[in-house]
Formats: sequence, C-alpha cells, structure tokens
Amino acid sequence: MSEYRIQGMTGEWEVVIGLEVHAQVTSNAKLFSGASAAYGGEPNSHVSLVDAAMPGMLPVPNRECIRQAVRTGMAINAQINKWSRFDRKNYFYADLPQGYQISQLYHPIVGEGEIEVILDEKDANSPRKTIGIERIHVEQDAGKLMHDQHPTMSYVDLNRSGVALMEIVSRPDMRSPAEAGAYVKKLRSILRYVGSCDGNMEEGSLRADVNVSVRKPGEEFGTRTETKNVNSIRFVMQAIEVEARRQVDLIEDGGTVVQETRLFDPNKLETRSMRSKEDAHDYRYFPDPDLLPLELDDAFLEDCRASLPELPDAKRARYENELGLTAYNAAVLTAEAETAFWFEDLLSHGVDAKQGSNWLMSELFGALNKLGKSLDESPVSPAQAAELLKLVADGTISGSIAKQVFEIMLETGQGAAAIVEEKGLKQTSDTGAIEAVIAEILAANPGQLEQYRAGKEQLFGFFVGQTMKAMQGKANPGVVNELLKKALAD
Amino acid sequence: MTDLTKLGVAAIRSGVANGEFTAVEVAEAFNANVAAAKVLNAFIVETPEKAIEAAKAVDADRAAGKPLGKMAGVPIGMKDLFATEGVQTTAASHILEGFVPTYESTVSANLWKAGAGMLGKLNLDQFAMGSSNETSYFGNVINPWRRNDGGNAALAPGGSSGGSSAAIAARLCPAATGTDTGGSIRQPAAFVGISGIKPTYGRCSRWGIVAFASSLDQAGPMARDVRDCAIMLEAMAGFDPKDATSLELPVPEWEAGLSGDLRGKKVGIPKEYRLDGIDEDIAKMWDNGIAWLKDAGAEIVEISLPHTKYALPAYYIIAPAEASSNLARYDGVRYGLRDLPDGAGLQDMYAATRAAGFGAEVRRRIMIGTYVLSAGFYDAYYTQAQKVRALIARDFDNAWKQCDLILAPTAPSAAFGLGEKTSDPLSMYLNDVFAVPASLAGLPAMSVPGGIDKEGLPLGLQIVGKALDEQGVLNAGLAIEERAGFTAEAEKWW
Amino acid sequence: MLRLHNASGTLMSVDKDTVNKIARLSRIAISDEEAEKMVGELNGILAWVEQLGEVDVTGVEPMTAVIPNHLRLRDDVVTDGDVREKVLANAPAREGSFFGVPKVIE
Ligand SMILES: [Mg+2]
Ligand SMILES: [Zn+2]
Repeated sequence: MSEYRIQGMTGEWEVVIGLEVHAQVTSNAKLFSGASAAYGGEPNSHVSLVDAAMPGMLPVPNRECIRQAVRTGMAINAQINKWSRFDRKNYFYADLPQGYQISQLYHPIVGEGEIEVILDEKDANSPRKTIGIERIHVEQDAGKLMHDQHPTMSYVDLNRSGVALMEIVSRPDMRSPAEAGAYVKKLRSILRYVGSCDGNMEEGSLRADVNVSVRKPGEEFGTRTETKNVNSIRFVMQAIEVEARRQVDLIEDGGTVVQETRLFDPNKLETRSMRSKEDAHDYRYFPDPDLLPLELDDAFLEDCRASLPELPDAKRARYENELGLTAYNAAVLTAEAETAFWFEDLLSHGVDAKQGSNWLMSELFGALNKLGKSLDESPVSPAQAAELLKLVADGTISGSIAKQVFEIMLETGQGAAAIVEEKGLKQTSDTGAIEAVIAEILAANPGQLEQYRAGKEQLFGFFVGQTMKAMQGKANPGVVNELLKKALAD
Repeated sequence: MTDLTKLGVAAIRSGVANGEFTAVEVAEAFNANVAAAKVLNAFIVETPEKAIEAAKAVDADRAAGKPLGKMAGVPIGMKDLFATEGVQTTAASHILEGFVPTYESTVSANLWKAGAGMLGKLNLDQFAMGSSNETSYFGNVINPWRRNDGGNAALAPGGSSGGSSAAIAARLCPAATGTDTGGSIRQPAAFVGISGIKPTYGRCSRWGIVAFASSLDQAGPMARDVRDCAIMLEAMAGFDPKDATSLELPVPEWEAGLSGDLRGKKVGIPKEYRLDGIDEDIAKMWDNGIAWLKDAGAEIVEISLPHTKYALPAYYIIAPAEASSNLARYDGVRYGLRDLPDGAGLQDMYAATRAAGFGAEVRRRIMIGTYVLSAGFYDAYYTQAQKVRALIARDFDNAWKQCDLILAPTAPSAAFGLGEKTSDPLSMYLNDVFAVPASLAGLPAMSVPGGIDKEGLPLGLQIVGKALDEQGVLNAGLAIEERAGFTAEAEKWW
Repeated sequence: MLRLHNASGTLMSVDKDTVNKIARLSRIAISDEEAEKMVGELNGILAWVEQLGEVDVTGVEPMTAVIPNHLRLRDDVVTDGDVREKVLANAPAREGSFFGVPKVIE
C-alpha cells in the first residue's frame, strides 16, 4: 500500500501498527447477567446483583453474545473454535466490581481471520491490503468512573459493567495511519453488516487500543506502546502519527521506548504515559471456575452461518458484475450496510439499478447533505423514491421535472404521483399539442430559423429549449426532438 | 411432653404433620436451647423470630389442610456462608460484618419453600477456610464433646462447618446446612458424632453462597442420621439456571430410596488410605465399618487410588488460587468494611480494607493463591495441580471398574483441642487428607458416626460414591448406622 | 525427586521482597514483621506442594469440568437490573445514585 515514512535525523523510519478493537456486542442483556445492556440509563440502574459482584453471585453466559461473536468471526473468514473457555483477568480497580474481568486468554472463541482494506474507495485502482486478525474473544466491559462530581471522591456507575464486548485483535500488519484508519472503517462496516455491533464510536460501542512501534525499514520490530481507548477513526490516525513521531524522536535522542500503556489527548495532539504500576501487568489469568468450557455444536454454527448477510466485499463485486454499476458507485453503495440496504430496498420496488444508484448518489445524497441528515433519517423512503423514479422511467415525467417533484417530496412528504397529479406536471407526448407549440415557436423566431436553415445546426438546441419552456417542461423530450426535426426540415 | 429437641428432622416432620405437636412448639423448644448455649458460640446471629414465623406458616397450612413441604415445621441452622435476605451474612469475617443481603441464596430459599424455618446463622471458619472453626472473626466454636480424661479441655468442632456440627450435637437444631470445599461437612460431622453428606458437585446451587473455591464448593445437609440427611438434601438440591455449573437433572427421591441392604454392591477399600502410623482407634473403626458393610451384604474389594498422596498439595494450590480471585470483590467499595486511612488513594484503601477485614488464614490463602497464579509460576503450580487433579479423578474412574462405593475414615483423628494446630498451618491442612480427594473429583461423599475412641470422642466413617450416586452413598451410610449402634451423646455441660 | 521450577528455571522459594510483592498484588497491606513471618509460612507450604512435581503428567489435560457437564447459555432477555436500591443498600459510601471512592487520578 502506501509507503508511509517518518523522516528522522538518522533517516527514514517505518511505523508498525496493530489494533485491538473493543466492539460492544449488540444484545438486549449483558454477557453474564440479565440486566439491560442499553446505553445510558440512570446511574446504577442497568445493574444486577451479579454485575455489582455481590457475594455468591454467579455468571451465566448470554447465547446471543456468543452467537454474535461467532457470526463476526465467520464474516472475517476466521477459524471458529468449537471449544473455548472463559478466563479471569485479575486486577483491582473501582470500575471492576469482581476484581477480575471475565475474558478469554488461552482459548478464544475465534481464531485467525483477515480483512481486506482499500485505502481509497473512490479510486477504483486503489491498492488493497489484507490485514490479519489474530483472534476475537468475548469479554466483559467495565463500569464507569466520574471524577468531576466531588472534590475528593470519584463516583462509580456500574451500568456498563458486564456489557459484552468482542475484542478483535489484529496482526501488526499496518504501516501507516491511513491503513489503520481504513482498517477500522472496514471493520466497523463489517460489524454493522453482520449486526453484531452498532459501531457507534461516540457512545463508545467501538474503541481501539493502538499498538505502535517504529523501526528502520527492514529491521526487527521495535518496542511497542499501547495507546488505550481511542474512540474515533480520526483519533486513531492522529494517535499513531504523534506516537510514532514521539518514538522516533526519543530513539534518535538516545532514549529507548518503554513498553507501556499510554493515553491520547486529542486536544494537545499528544500521547502520554498512564501512571503505570510495577505489578500492573500481572493479571494472573486462569480459567473461570464458575464457568465450564464453551462447546459449540454444528447446528449452532450452521445457524450462525445461515444468518449472515451478504458481506461488503461480495456485495461490491456483485454490484459491479451483475448490476453493472461503476466501481466507484459499487464501492460507495456498499461501504456502509445502511446505504446498501437502502439501495436494495429501492431496487426491490422495481427500480433499475443504474438509474437507482445514480439518483441515490447524486440526488438523495445531495439533498441529505444539505439537510444535514443521515440516510436512516431520510425524509423520503425507498418506496417513495421508487414511485418517483418509476415516473421518470415510464416517461410520465422528465428528469428535470423529477428534480422539482423530489424537492416537493422532501418539503411536504407527499407522494410523487400525487404531486405530479396535483401540479399537473405530467409530461405530454400529444403530438398535436407539441406540433402546435413548435409552429408558434418557429413563427416567433424567424431569424433563428433562417440561420438554422442556412446551416447553423447548433440552433437545434435553442428550439428544443424554447419548446420545452413553452410547455413548462412537460413535453416528452424524445417526441419534441422528433417533431422539431421534421418541422425544421420542412 | 417429650423434649422436642431430642427429635430429628423425620420425627419432627411427622409429629407436626400428625398433630402430635405444633411447629411453633418445636421452634420455641429449639429457640430456647439456642438461647441457653451461648457459651458454645455456635451462632453468629440468632433469629428466633424467623423460626417462629416459619413455624406459624406451617401450622396455618396444616390447619387449612394444605399439603406440607419436605421440611415442614423443621427449624434449622443456616451456615453463615449462605446469603439470607434481610439477615446479616458475614462468612464469619470482619470484612462482611454488617452486610445484609438483599437476596436469598437458592439453597436456603429451597429450604424455606420446603417449610423449614431459620434459627439463626451459624458460625464457621472465616470464608470456610479452616478445619477447626478457629479462623472465625466471631470467635471459636466450642465442641460440645469433651475428652473422658476429666480435663475439660475445649475441643474444636471441626471446620469449616463447625457452628453447624456443634449446634446439631448440642441439640440447638435438628439439622443445619453445611458447605464442603475440602471436607468441611464431613470432618466436622465426624468430630461431633453426626452425619453429613456432600452431594455430587452441581447438585446444590452455589448461587448466593459466599464463594471460597468455585470448582470445589458444594452445599449439603448435616443432621443426626442418614434419613434426615436424605430428607434435607432433597429439599436443598435441584437445578438452578442461575448457576452455570448446576446439574440439569431432576432431584431423586433419596428418602424413599433408602435401603440398608447392600447385597450386590462392591465396596472398595483404598490401600493408599492406610497411612503409616494411622491412629489405632481409627484403624479399628475402619475395620468395623468393613465388617458392617459385609454384614449388610456388600462384597469388599481392595482398590488402589495411586495419586492419593498428591490430593492435598493439589488442593492447596487450586483452592487458594480460586479463593484469591473469588475474594477480590471484598474491596470496601460496594459493601462491607471500608478502611480509609487519612489521605489514602483507591489502591491504598483496598490494601488497608483487606488487611483489616481478612483474618490471618484468609490472608495467607489469598497470598498463596496470588503467588501460584502469578506470572512465571502459573504452569508450574496451577496447571500442574489441575493435571494432578485430573489424575485423581481418573483414579476414581478406574476404581469404579472394581467397586460401587469406597469406604474410608473421614479424618485421621478425633476432635483435637482448640489451639493445638493453629501454630502450624500445615498440620491443620493434613487433617483433610481423607476428605479432599472426593472433593477434587466432585464425588458424593458422606460421613456417618463409626464409633468412639479411647478418649470417648466420636469418629466418622466416610463413604464415597460415583458421581450422581448419592443414593448408594446414603444407603451404605444407613447400613453402617443400623449396625454401629452409635447412640453416644455429648454430655451437657453448657 | 523432580522439583518445581519457575519459568526461568530457578527453584521456587519466596523471600521478603517476594512476600511484599504478593501482598501488593493481593492488595493486602502488610507490616514488615508480618512479611517476615509470612516468608517462613509460605515457604513451608510451597515446599510441601512441590511434591506435585514428582507426578508424571505426560499427556494429561488439566481438569476443566469436575463433573461432565456442558456450559448452558441464557436467552438474550432482560430479566434483571432496575434494582438500584438493592445494589446500593450496603454501600459504605453512597453518593446519591453512585458508589463513592477516594478520588482516582487517571
Ligand atoms: Mg487490550
Ligand atoms: Zn479487552
């Protein structure tokens, strides 16, 4: 892909990036308790006695969370482990009521997989790169601490405590901030297609731990740092950039990079060390004795596989090859599940693929952009859009009238046919009426007529325009062309 | 009228059902005994009102002609390891002092549903860690039994269910709940001359029981005889969807299935349990046990459990490892003790709270557990111990090819004096040598009285069965009980 | 007799520094005197459990389930939560709807 290099005093440096993405699993209830996994809620209201780690409370796993992890693994062509286990990761912190996180270290549910990323989807010739996925494991989220409510205390809210996460661990296969950005974008897209995570980075549904090291090209990996909980694609890219720069400067100044966890400050555009404790990394992992090994049978796996939707890569190829869309259109329409599903909904109402894709990408995206709305907030539904596009396809209205009708639809929410009817926008192919208008136009513009007949054939467009104008755009352009040619030849 | 506190579970249940006496009369009689036995320190919390309340409900049901539960009218003691809604639950620790659960453990809830009532919360070794009830924050429990040497030395009631054993032996309750992680039902039962059974791992829900070592902990009944144990186990056991390790099986009718006829059964005698220097009285009791089982029709076979000697060391890696993690939740944030020294940060608060809230034995086990799980040591200790555990389980599987049940002593000694073993943790641990292998393998195991030693103290015989064969274990226990003629009781001095 | 060795091949035995480190990991404050005493106790216990090193465990998988059983899974239904008063009932330092802890500097 790109040759991203950091210029140092001693020459060029290459950056090596691996990402651990924490994706919140879409589920009603938490991973090990029946409390709601919904975002928000009054403090400590989405909390069961299990989540608060009361004495004697026990975890019971949520099937849906397991299923979603398996489906996600299948979507990245990963090895699904029919035998996995939950382990305890032991450490003390106020957002961790049990004193351990139930996670999977030794036997994760999903093994090796991969994701293909395109650096620039707008460029049909953009290079592609395969990023290896080492594993996906399922684990519990922690609670939340608030530090600004009291002068000497922090407040603990356990609403997030125990919500299911998938930790998706990449190989250190990325070599530039752009690659990392493309990777997160693609991963997010896959998760949303699969429906295993809503990918909402503002609400923390998707956050990345960014492992960065630098090396002289071709040399061994350097020592890496882990920048925790970066919560937007832009920040991921910025964090890599500043952390790699920091490491290069440090090494070139004679220092050494320490393996540590760091925080990214998007305001100051810097990473800084989290006050690390010497014992902080001794998590004393061991199999959770409250849980048995997780064994998945073939029926479960088949059900997972059968429920997978067509995934973005396959869809893009199909749009190009079967629907005949341009590479660019196919890429844009499949980048987000939301767009593809909207587009396919449109097609399901009998709209032609090319007409539909062009309209969606120019008219609808343009309109939504102006309104500052996303596709799922579109005031016009696929069914309503299909009604409009069919009026164009069957010649009831022209393309330019369609634009007017769409404007009215956006404003009033009325149906296309009703607007056309009410405003009398139906296009006419009535040859008699058109011939009458043409006769008027020719009579009213004797000068132009003379020039045309003298050989200035560019004036044909002028006559078309005048005719259409006189007919308020409602004349069928094909019929107008034909009749004009005849009249001018006479 | 007869002294109702002389009665066991079955007798109380039928007496109440037949109208010979009321449940309230029974509760009052036991409440009075509890109140009069403070010197034994068997209870941490007494709940006479709860016992009366439950008894009234049973009497009302009976009067209304409603069907009565398996434990209707029987007041019991509840080991203070079971969370009881609205009643302080401490695991005999300072760190949980004052903790009042807002929930009821599945096992205790099952018992209340069966018509039992609660006399109070019984003392135990702190977090169930101990074999003498000497690690309780609320003080030692005194064994009602005394040696016949006239010395009146205070003896340990065994542990960790020492409050349960002492209370039953002293007739403060006809039965009590226990939990057994490495012998904590069987050894205290043996020390006071009563019966107790640890069912197959997963029979009783662990939900709401303060966890010690999750892969070993199992609740069970302690009572005066085998029948009472069978009745109470039926009430306690059952599938619980809230415990992922709970067995999804119906509860057998153990009481109805009781039979002391062992014809066709083979009983194995593990040669590795014949330790060098085994106590003479223990050896003699074991031989008696063999004779009684033969008399009941069983065939006796010698078997080998070759990894027996490794059970205790494996246990003392696995149990502390699990405990070090299970007890991490006691941190002074959400419940229990908080020790916040001036200017302390969060991590200092944890350290201060846990130092102040855990007793010495609990701290020791947490530290052992932390050590064996720490980086670089995990495989050498924990993984190795779990492999040895698998071998111990395999030993039993092999034994079951030759026999249906195993007979052994419950403990290597009779009750020892308070303070005798507290200075050396290892000597205390060794007291569980016969009990731990069945725990590691998750097998049902029971202790029944087997005789009296030369000092006049009770000894216990242990029966271990195949997984899920509680019936076989209870039946062999019954066969012994019918022949041992154990009627001795602690002479009342309290 | 085989003996247990740690990952770096040295025979395991704990000293006072190790005891202090374990105490820190366990979040149990410990005095110098206690640490001293603990050295002997832990070494006694560890020396005793070392006999496990004698056992030939070639080809043996560590035990995972005590009694053959499979992990049951729950349906994805909200059946719990909304019990804030129960959750906070025993809090040593309740602050409104929150648990209070000494201020944490992140
Ligand atoms: Mg991570
Ligand atoms: Zn994670």
